[in-house]
Amino acid sequence: MHEQQITGEGNSLPLAIELKKICKRFGQVQANRDIDLQVQRGTIHGIVGENGAGKSTLMSILYGFYQADSGEILINGQPATIKNSRDAIDAGIGMVHQHFMLVDTFTVLENVLLGAEQSASLDKSEANALEVLEHLSAEYQLSVPLKSITAELPVGQQQRTEILKALYRNAEILILDEPTGVLTPQEADQLFRVLKALKERGVTIILITHKLREIMDITDNVSVLRLGEIVSTHRTADTSTAELAELMVGRKLETQHFHKVDTADGESGIAVNNITVVDDRGLTRLDDVSFEVKRGEIVGIAGVAGNGQSTLLEVLAGIQSPNKGQFVINGHIVDASAPLGPREMREIGVQHVPEDRLRLGLIKSFTAAESSVLGYQNRKVFNWRFFLNIKSIRAACVKLMQAFDVRPPDPKLKSSSFSGGNQQKLILARELDKAPSVLLVGQPTRGVDIGAIELIHQKIVDMRDANCAILLVSVELDEIMTLSDRILVMFEGRIVGTVKGSEADKTTLGLMMANAMDTAA
Amino acid sequence: MNTSDIELPAWVEVVLIPVLNILMALFFAGLIILAIGENPVEAVAIMINGAFGYDEAIGYTLYYTTNFIFTGLAVAIAFHASLFNIGGEGQAYIGGLGVGLTFLLLDKYLPAIILIPIGIIAAGLFGALWALIPAWLQAYRGSHIVITTIMFNFIASSLMVYLLVNVLIKPGSMSPETREFDPSGWLPFMHEILAVVGIEVTRTPLNLSFILALICCVLVWAYVWKTRWGYALRTAGQSEAAAVYAGIKPKRIVIITMCISGALAGFVAVNEIMGVHHRLLLNYTAGYGFTGIAVALMGRNHPVGIIMASLLFGVLYQGGAELAFEVPKITREMVVAIQGLIILFSGALALMLRPLIVRLWLAIKPSPTLTQHG
Amino acid sequence: MDSVLTLQTVLSTFDATLRVSTPLILCAMAGLFSERSGIIDISLEGKMLSAAFAAGTLAAVTGSPWVALGGAIVVSVLLGLVHGFACITHRGDQVVSGLAINVLASGLTIVLGIAWFSQGGQTPALASESRFMPLQLPFAETLKGIPGIGPFYESVISGHNLLVYVALLAVPITWWVVYKTRFGLRLRAVGENPLAVDTAGISVSRLRFSAVMIAGALCGIAGAYLAIAQNAAFAREMTAGQGYIALAAMIFGKWRPLPAMLACLMFGFLDAVSIRLQGIELPIVGEVPVQLIQALPYILTVVLLAGFIGRAVAPKAIGVPFSKER
Repeated sequence: MHEQQITGEGNSLPLAIELKKICKRFGQVQANRDIDLQVQRGTIHGIVGENGAGKSTLMSILYGFYQADSGEILINGQPATIKNSRDAIDAGIGMVHQHFMLVDTFTVLENVLLGAEQSASLDKSEANALEVLEHLSAEYQLSVPLKSITAELPVGQQQRTEILKALYRNAEILILDEPTGVLTPQEADQLFRVLKALKERGVTIILITHKLREIMDITDNVSVLRLGEIVSTHRTADTSTAELAELMVGRKLETQHFHKVDTADGESGIAVNNITVVDDRGLTRLDDVSFEVKRGEIVGIAGVAGNGQSTLLEVLAGIQSPNKGQFVINGHIVDASAPLGPREMREIGVQHVPEDRLRLGLIKSFTAAESSVLGYQNRKVFNWRFFLNIKSIRAACVKLMQAFDVRPPDPKLKSSSFSGGNQQKLILARELDKAPSVLLVGQPTRGVDIGAIELIHQKIVDMRDANCAILLVSVELDEIMTLSDRILVMFEGRIVGTVKGSEADKTTLGLMMANAMDTAA
Repeated sequence: MNTSDIELPAWVEVVLIPVLNILMALFFAGLIILAIGENPVEAVAIMINGAFGYDEAIGYTLYYTTNFIFTGLAVAIAFHASLFNIGGEGQAYIGGLGVGLTFLLLDKYLPAIILIPIGIIAAGLFGALWALIPAWLQAYRGSHIVITTIMFNFIASSLMVYLLVNVLIKPGSMSPETREFDPSGWLPFMHEILAVVGIEVTRTPLNLSFILALICCVLVWAYVWKTRWGYALRTAGQSEAAAVYAGIKPKRIVIITMCISGALAGFVAVNEIMGVHHRLLLNYTAGYGFTGIAVALMGRNHPVGIIMASLLFGVLYQGGAELAFEVPKITREMVVAIQGLIILFSGALALMLRPLIVRLWLAIKPSPTLTQHG
Repeated sequence: MDSVLTLQTVLSTFDATLRVSTPLILCAMAGLFSERSGIIDISLEGKMLSAAFAAGTLAAVTGSPWVALGGAIVVSVLLGLVHGFACITHRGDQVVSGLAINVLASGLTIVLGIAWFSQGGQTPALASESRFMPLQLPFAETLKGIPGIGPFYESVISGHNLLVYVALLAVPITWWVVYKTRFGLRLRAVGENPLAVDTAGISVSRLRFSAVMIAGALCGIAGAYLAIAQNAAFAREMTAGQGYIALAAMIFGKWRPLPAMLACLMFGFLDAVSIRLQGIELPIVGEVPVQLIQALPYILTVVLLAGFIGRAVAPKAIGVPFSKER
């Protein structure tokens, strides 16, 4: 495998996919620009890039979800027009989307059948399919209970359903879009075993990810996308994580270094005691969680997305109340019998930068000025008798924009017209401006451009130095390690490990996030 | 090409596209008139003359307009909280029950200066109560407000028939209506008011509630766009999650907004019962509640737009009556058909022309204006 | 009491139940197809009304019930296509579009009716050969003598017009199509997760258009039933809210064919007894106001939707226009 040539005239292996000069623009945003890509048959080809680099758009074009504005697609050397998913399927392409394309109320079998029924009668189609599927599951270790309702299955099995769907349609090319984002490390390992088995049987695999470790582990070749363009294609064996990272961001990664507070001796900001949260469906989201955040320290919560971090933030921000246990925040005791809502939390000096800025942090159709008082709309300064004081709201917004370099500094512009980074700066500005003594921050730099990241990180550290107690949740391990004075690792709603920020290393944290410390030890 | 993200100048969004939509609806209405063998141009001329040609016509037009402003505002304010209140008809009807009950009890004892405010409050309160139940069911029991408000229209109708036939009927009367209320509960007619200041106009049903309707427009505008409660309402309407984050209680917004909406619809009773009929009777709402949906859609849920749309419907109702009189083949129900077309083109197909207009706009304006700043 | 509960009155009440339930069942199945595909359909009323008008008109003009039935279906399907054009092609609001069709139908049927026939909105009265007349099922007379089942067969099951039997057949057929065919699988999928359908290589629009057209056809039959089978002419506003009752019944049946039919029969039964109960004192409760019984379908639906009797869960993607754009 390692002897293959990736580019040049002397290709030894035939190409499964060849893209020539693919361009795609959404409104004013050029999502893909002159993309040239060659994927050899029977290989695993990684595509890496930052959020918003255009990876998903490119694959959506290949799968017929969007149409390219210009450019050419060749499948197995033949020019192909892919106008919709049907064309893609007919061309032998299968795709496992980041968000699964499954009907929750259907059985696995029905989901696999959908669109690939062999007869107008459902019973007949099911009978036909069962045989084929049992054969496929055995061959690729893809065991899924075919008669179970999809929604009741764990995420890993839902993903396997997606792979089965593609294989049932005789896919020879399989695209996986960020497949491990929702998986536990064990599930991810299992997925990689399946992918290797598929490769051995000649299936071509495209793996889209922003996790470089995965690229190094499993791919044969790797292409890097930056700002809608392919900036390099390498044999994986010939490159390194550092090189790829640099290509992704387009300059030497100057990791910011902040001094770490080893033992914060300030008063307590947040003290969580044995909190448990069970959701509507009866799933335990937080399981007996206890920890403390002192004034003047940043405590980072590391973990794979979906292990309870979001719930923890929402509980501390007053959006949810705990079922069991209590916490003391800024001197106020909160439990199920005495919950505090988001409004009260703000009033006692707990500020919250939410994880999902477009859903929670601002209102897209509001002006920047209106969004800049979200959560503070009842404050006296922004009101005059019955009415909102538009003048003071605008003036305050301009001040925030200046302090955090929000561009363009126009408070009358619609919130949705700002870039992700500028939206995030505005939200951060709004919350930090209230001089919090406790700050909750979720995914502060998700979908934010590099320039803004540095400013945001600096502002968070400045808050710590101003004696604020900060709880930081991020799925970006690097971010957690850069900022945190203390790191807590969450797994399945529990805190499974604590590491000092100054002593943290990636391997240990990775093992903890997989809850595999014991087995590794 | 995805055209929905491309911003157009305000005048295109707020004036040009809505006007084109209405013109399309009217074009199809013209086709219907052609189909039954009449001349649409002539019909329009008769209608406009019938609506504005003489002072009596204007009075009638504005009297209808009053109802549409109330129901249009009712639908619009709910829309801003992303609630679709189809129950305006029932809320208006039950609003009349509020007036009827209080007047049957009190009209003999109270002077106009007290009785009229009580009547207005009762109309609003009962309308609000009839909206409160679907609102509560939506907020706390997860029922879909569209379906519940539809059901509540029918329930209101049955309830009113029962009450008027069996309970509130004027003793000894054959027709299901209450006794006439004492004149102290009657709202003054416009021709009466104008007569006081020396202007003589023909007697029409137009009464003081027209002024109330205009006041409601100002209040709704100020509430939705200029107060923190309106801010909360719009936030909850745009994103429930963001509302919760901002310390706003979406359930409370649903309840409050629907109550305001129901009260506005209930004010139809002020115009109809206190202003015109002076007794409670069957089916006096005559579809005004449903027309409110067309009015709100056409007026893009803004009070200014609603006043203009209400005026247009006032013209259609009054001019349509005149038209039915002059051209017997075109009946009053033509207005209902036009209403349907307007709901279709200004509501369901409101965005039909937009992609086309965006393309035209981009063609005329080749230099790309940046909408993404960064 | 005796007068209420004789065998004859019971049987004739059941007989009437079936007659008034027929349009409800047809419309409920129509609504089921549409809503299972993710398109809210409050326009059952308007489609049925337009179809009734078309049937009344065509039967009066051509004298053929079959032409009238065909015309009714065509008109109703066309309205279904308008709904589809607004909601599927242009991603308009489904409730608004449905409402537009209802209001339009309500106005237009009267305008055209008066313009064409000058009978106050009514279409001319039909002779029996232009209508669907009651059919005597085989052996009805012979079996009449058998106690129990005999009279039931003779006076409840037999003696209806063709369209009643069509409605009763529509239910098992709907069940079979929805649960046992490829089309049904896709229909259920597109109402739950249209993206899954799209990525499986099936056109979401085409599926949804088929669904609204089927809904149109069924409403067309219901309308024809009203104008040329149950009655002998179209009368203005003759649907009188039955489209909404059918919608309520479909929700009551939780978007499933058999329970929806049972709900239709229950609502139809309430309608049938409400006429009989007028002015009659019942034990314990006394006289039940007829208006209460008439409002009962709506009240029951509200109570059901509020989760006080079971939970009605709508298809997940209902009411949301499908978009591939991000």
